[in-house]
Amino acid sequence: MSIDYLTHNRISLALHTLRDGDGHALLLLHGLGEQSATTAPSFTTDWAGPVMALDFTGHGASTMPVGGGYTAEILLADADAALTHLGEATIVGRGLGAYVGLLLAGARAEQVHGIVLADGPGLSGGPSVPTSQPVFALESVDTTPDPYALVELGRDLRPPDYAATFTRMAVQRSSLDEPVTVVARFRPQWLRAVTEEPGVAEASSIADALATY
Amino acid sequence: MLAHGGFDFARTFDTFAPLLADAGWRVVSWDHRGHGDSDHAHLYSWDADLRDAAAVFEHTAGRRAVPAIGHSKGGALIIQLADAQPYRFASVVNIDGIPSKRPIPDVAEHDRTKMLVGELNGWLDHRQRTAGSQRKPGSIDELAKRRGRMNPRLSTEWLRYLVTVGAAETEAGWRWKLDPSMRFGGFGPWRPEWALMRLAGFGVPFYGMLVEIGEEMGWGTVPDDVRPFVPEGGRLEILEGVGHFAHIEQPVEMAERVLDFLGDPS
Repeated sequence: MSIDYLTHNRISLALHTLRDGDGHALLLLHGLGEQSATTAPSFTTDWAGPVMALDFTGHGASTMPVGGGYTAEILLADADAALTHLGEATIVGRGLGAYVGLLLAGARAEQVHGIVLADGPGLSGGPSVPTSQPVFALESVDTTPDPYALVELGRDLRPPDYAATFTRMAVQRSSLDEPVTVVARFRPQWLRAVTEEPGVAEASSIADALATY
Repeated sequence: MLAHGGFDFARTFDTFAPLLADAGWRVVSWDHRGHGDSDHAHLYSWDADLRDAAAVFEHTAGRRAVPAIGHSKGGALIIQLADAQPYRFASVVNIDGIPSKRPIPDVAEHDRTKMLVGELNGWLDHRQRTAGSQRKPGSIDELAKRRGRMNPRLSTEWLRYLVTVGAAETEAGWRWKLDPSMRFGGFGPWRPEWALMRLAGFGVPFYGMLVEIGEEMGWGTVPDDVRPFVPEGGRLEILEGVGHFAHIEQPVEMAERVLDFLGDPS
């Protein structure tokens, strides 16, 4: 296993190679408060290409920012830095990583060769419309995950039509018939909206979903 | 408390604020993160700006309620903070900072998707270039001219002054202090009209002003969208013949309006 450090503005992002291979990469995006696994997960056993995993900003071995300011869109740019480094990739996203991966699949449809949306921490996100807003500062800590990430990304707004728009962008511009596969058993509002879009498949396991990509 | 707009900084109140101070008010403003003399941050977000604003209020006034004036983005920020922490506010003045629905271009769904993809890729490409980037250097006149493209109604004399307080002189020339990673536009799930639901519930005196003349840095707010959400007892005024930077174009008239609304500081 090795780590490449990529630069996203003032953040150094850790991109882990969990296993080498031939073919296009599998990029794993972790859930909220998680970090890259240290070994390739069992669902990657049949994957021929390299298995890579990114630590988002404020997570794992990536930079801990000062003063918060997280959004799913900033994490989208984290994931885009990894995709640019890899050229193209199939993505498996857990929880928050599933949502961010979907945004990336919509933005860079030509480079994302399928995305699998799986259960994991941060899958729900916040409400779909604004609610009363708590405004408070947090104590700084020395080690990831950043408490600001946990708070801010745990309540970021995810309107269902926003997620559906990114799904449409992915489906319309991908070379695959079904570039998005949902394996998550828990379906928050945004994910239900995704599942209802044409071109979105469902599978019973991540391994089954990956077999189609 | 004065809250400036996006891509501005506290010193843009340099003609307006002294007029309030002359009337007996202690006037305080701050540079949002990444703007003016405040630090360039790792990350920027609306929530972070809100938290920073709360910290400034706490530092300046503790838990005492004070009047607040917000322009443009600063106005929208104050609306949200006043909803989240109403105890901090004695009254609120909003200068062309009440967002309403974005006009949706009359294009087919497929073309709209293409437009969004273009915006998204432009933003992501920008994010990949920002590490180590700097604002373009130039003379005071060059920076004033560039700023003038966004502030076409402001005088050259004012814009030249703005450079001397909003830019730093380096060996290569003057550079705006604004974090170069910041960029107009962007995207996200936020809907401008969501600010209106917070406005409707205000429990403190409210005075909102929208301008008649649209500008690039303005939000193109439609007054009829806002009127139903003006809080009980609040005022909404449309300022004729003035642009988005009303407090810079007409500082004396704007200060008179605001002072009349605020009353005596004692």
